Amino acid sequence: MKTKKWVGVVMLLAVVAAACGDSANDSSSGSGQTGGATDGGSTIKVGILHSLSGTMAISEVSVRDAELLAIEEINAKGGVLGKKIEAKVEDGASDWPTFAEKAQKLISVDKVATTFGGWTSASRKAMLPVFEKNKALLWYPVQYEGLETSPYIFYSGATTNQQIIPGMDYLKAQGKTKIFLVGSDYVFPRTANKEIKAYAAANGITIVGEEYTPLGHTEYSTVVNKLKDAKPDAVFNTLNGDSNVAFFKQFKSGGLTAATMPVMSVSVAEEETRGIGAENIAGHLTAWNYYQTTDTPANKTFVAAYKAKFGQNRVTDDPIEAGYVQVYLWAAAVTKAGTTEVEAVKKAADGITFDAPEGKVTIDGATQHIYKTARIGVVQPDGLIKEVSASPTPIKPDPYLKSYPWAAGLS
Amino acid sequence: MTALLRSRRTHGRAVFLLIGFVGLVVLPAVMSEFRLGLLAKYLCFAIVAVGIDLAWGYGGMLTLGQGLFFGLGGYAMGMFLKLQEAGPDGLPDFMSYNGLEKVPAFWQPFRHAWFALPAVLLIPMGVAAGLGALVFRQRIRGAYFAILTQALAAAFVILLIGQQGYTAGTNGLTNMKTMFGYDLNDPTNQRNVYLAVAVCLAIVYLVARQLVHSRYGRLLIAVRDGEDRVRFLGYNPTVVKVLAFTVSAGMAGLAGALFVPVVGIMSPAALGIVPSLELLIGVAVGGRATLVGAIGGTVLVNYAKTGLSEHFASGWLYFQGALFILVVAFAPKGLAGIRDVIRRRAPAPDMPMTIEPANVLEAVG
Repeated sequence: MKTKKWVGVVMLLAVVAAACGDSANDSSSGSGQTGGATDGGSTIKVGILHSLSGTMAISEVSVRDAELLAIEEINAKGGVLGKKIEAKVEDGASDWPTFAEKAQKLISVDKVATTFGGWTSASRKAMLPVFEKNKALLWYPVQYEGLETSPYIFYSGATTNQQIIPGMDYLKAQGKTKIFLVGSDYVFPRTANKEIKAYAAANGITIVGEEYTPLGHTEYSTVVNKLKDAKPDAVFNTLNGDSNVAFFKQFKSGGLTAATMPVMSVSVAEEETRGIGAENIAGHLTAWNYYQTTDTPANKTFVAAYKAKFGQNRVTDDPIEAGYVQVYLWAAAVTKAGTTEVEAVKKAADGITFDAPEGKVTIDGATQHIYKTARIGVVQPDGLIKEVSASPTPIKPDPYLKSYPWAAGLS
Repeated sequence: MTALLRSRRTHGRAVFLLIGFVGLVVLPAVMSEFRLGLLAKYLCFAIVAVGIDLAWGYGGMLTLGQGLFFGLGGYAMGMFLKLQEAGPDGLPDFMSYNGLEKVPAFWQPFRHAWFALPAVLLIPMGVAAGLGALVFRQRIRGAYFAILTQALAAAFVILLIGQQGYTAGTNGLTNMKTMFGYDLNDPTNQRNVYLAVAVCLAIVYLVARQLVHSRYGRLLIAVRDGEDRVRFLGYNPTVVKVLAFTVSAGMAGLAGALFVPVVGIMSPAALGIVPSLELLIGVAVGGRATLVGAIGGTVLVNYAKTGLSEHFASGWLYFQGALFILVVAFAPKGLAGIRDVIRRRAPAPDMPMTIEPANVLEAVG
């Protein structure tokens, strides 16, 4: 009995000691003093928060790689403000509450100057309150559904008027008047399709069908049959992830072809065409701001450096490039501000330009989004995507679609 | 023998008070806000674990779908907080993105604390009681019951994701900033939330302990070990099982409701099959049919998950998997069973009378 009691007491002491150790490292409550930690040390810590495990890992690991590549390149040129950047990588585990937890950890334990991270809208929505509460910065690299401007998030991917609307403009210019909508059942496809329907109504396009399937769904014969019955001129595809593999295979085996019924996808990039199989998707359309084949000097260097570091069989695509670019944009804003202090960086960020692999990009300070060139591409038999049309200049971000009369009442 | 029992009892009480003192006074004073928030989350899971232990460890009902009840409690609380924030005429943010013009009728009652707070317990318990009555009367048990509960958790997630306008879909309910007018981001209020969770866990533990030590508890164990024999003795096993399952659902609902102010999110990602299984793993690691084992195991598993993923961001799942394999291979009765191995004496797994916090602490150490 006696020994047992002592063991219990010792255990409790150990727990308390561990707790003290934790708090010594964390130096207690972590609200509102990010960036301050960088003034003393010889490095600037930044957080990288992507899913390295779970269903989203397949996409997000590549973005992490691109961000690490950018940090390595900046450090090789001497870092920012004379200090090296030190990356602190955390795993969001494809689980939204985990994203919130790890974001808080990066801010209050590691005291990072900024964080690069997220992919799904759900992960962004989970992190948003954490960054707002701590007045810390998040850079988010993926195209998304718009209708959001958090003062503590920079959106380096496209908003809808830089991807979806140019995609619809292209279909309209090709004389497609009957369009069928296929999407995964979550916020991005639903919101995108709401905008597409408003666009269609104003532009004389008929929406002949609208189908949603759960994320991860793989049985598309019903949808393919509906496509055969409805006979649209084109399909607008907002399916995400693995579902695209099943959809394109069953689309092809159902006898439908890109020549008579092209599918315009907004979540299928070079990384995904490999999984779908180039033979199943060749000839179909995509809308993005960047392709591995985009012809800019910066892109040649980027693709070569990415392949040299991570392997010749790796490909680059839009979110990977946006991850790479956002690190450079943050570094430029910090250099301009002369500090990593969040409010100063936000102020300095307005108007910063960068010759990115996708072409020239500019930060719009008012929305904290980025001017981006819209590019429509056709998937080639080797799985790469060839650009067939591009906006003449980078498009001003308009997350609430305020400059489009037909979009009134959407947001 | 009676003297020994009495000394054990006072001893157990002393350890309980000591743990209470450390948990309620020492830890909040020494831990950082962030770590305390994490601990509060682990304790929420521990509340579910006590319920699972009651149903599974003592009652033999392998429930793989505790996420359903956790979610019912969590969404009830989340709806209340979202409506509080939106104000009397406002619309929660996600409804306006989804094109809803007014708050749907089934949300309306959750405006009121007098409805929402009891609903946190009563809705999960009501669902569990109804389900249990149907299932246990039909004498469905074992693997069939386990599959049924798992399917329900999966169906619940599909329902939440599909009804985006009413439930916020995959994103879940996020961005809850205030509760009863208090700012949830304020460190003092976060500390109070932690204290509330810790007190709830203590109450849940005492309720469960009282239940398993009562005559009812002996009946529950008897049903687990020989349902038909209990029936021949003139008891109705359906009632016994429905009660344990209902209480366990109530605990999960309470934990879900506490999870919302602690983490600030309630989303389908926290409810599906995988999270439900993770809750079970904590109980298995700690040792089922020991309440303290379930609590200790759950806290340990979650602490390991956070710690490993912070130190090995890209390979932590392998370590976590290895930990589970080690426990199952070398301590099949969980950590609470290790003392039997150490003492080289005949194991006594089915004697809940000998449960004492110290046993587990010793084993964990």
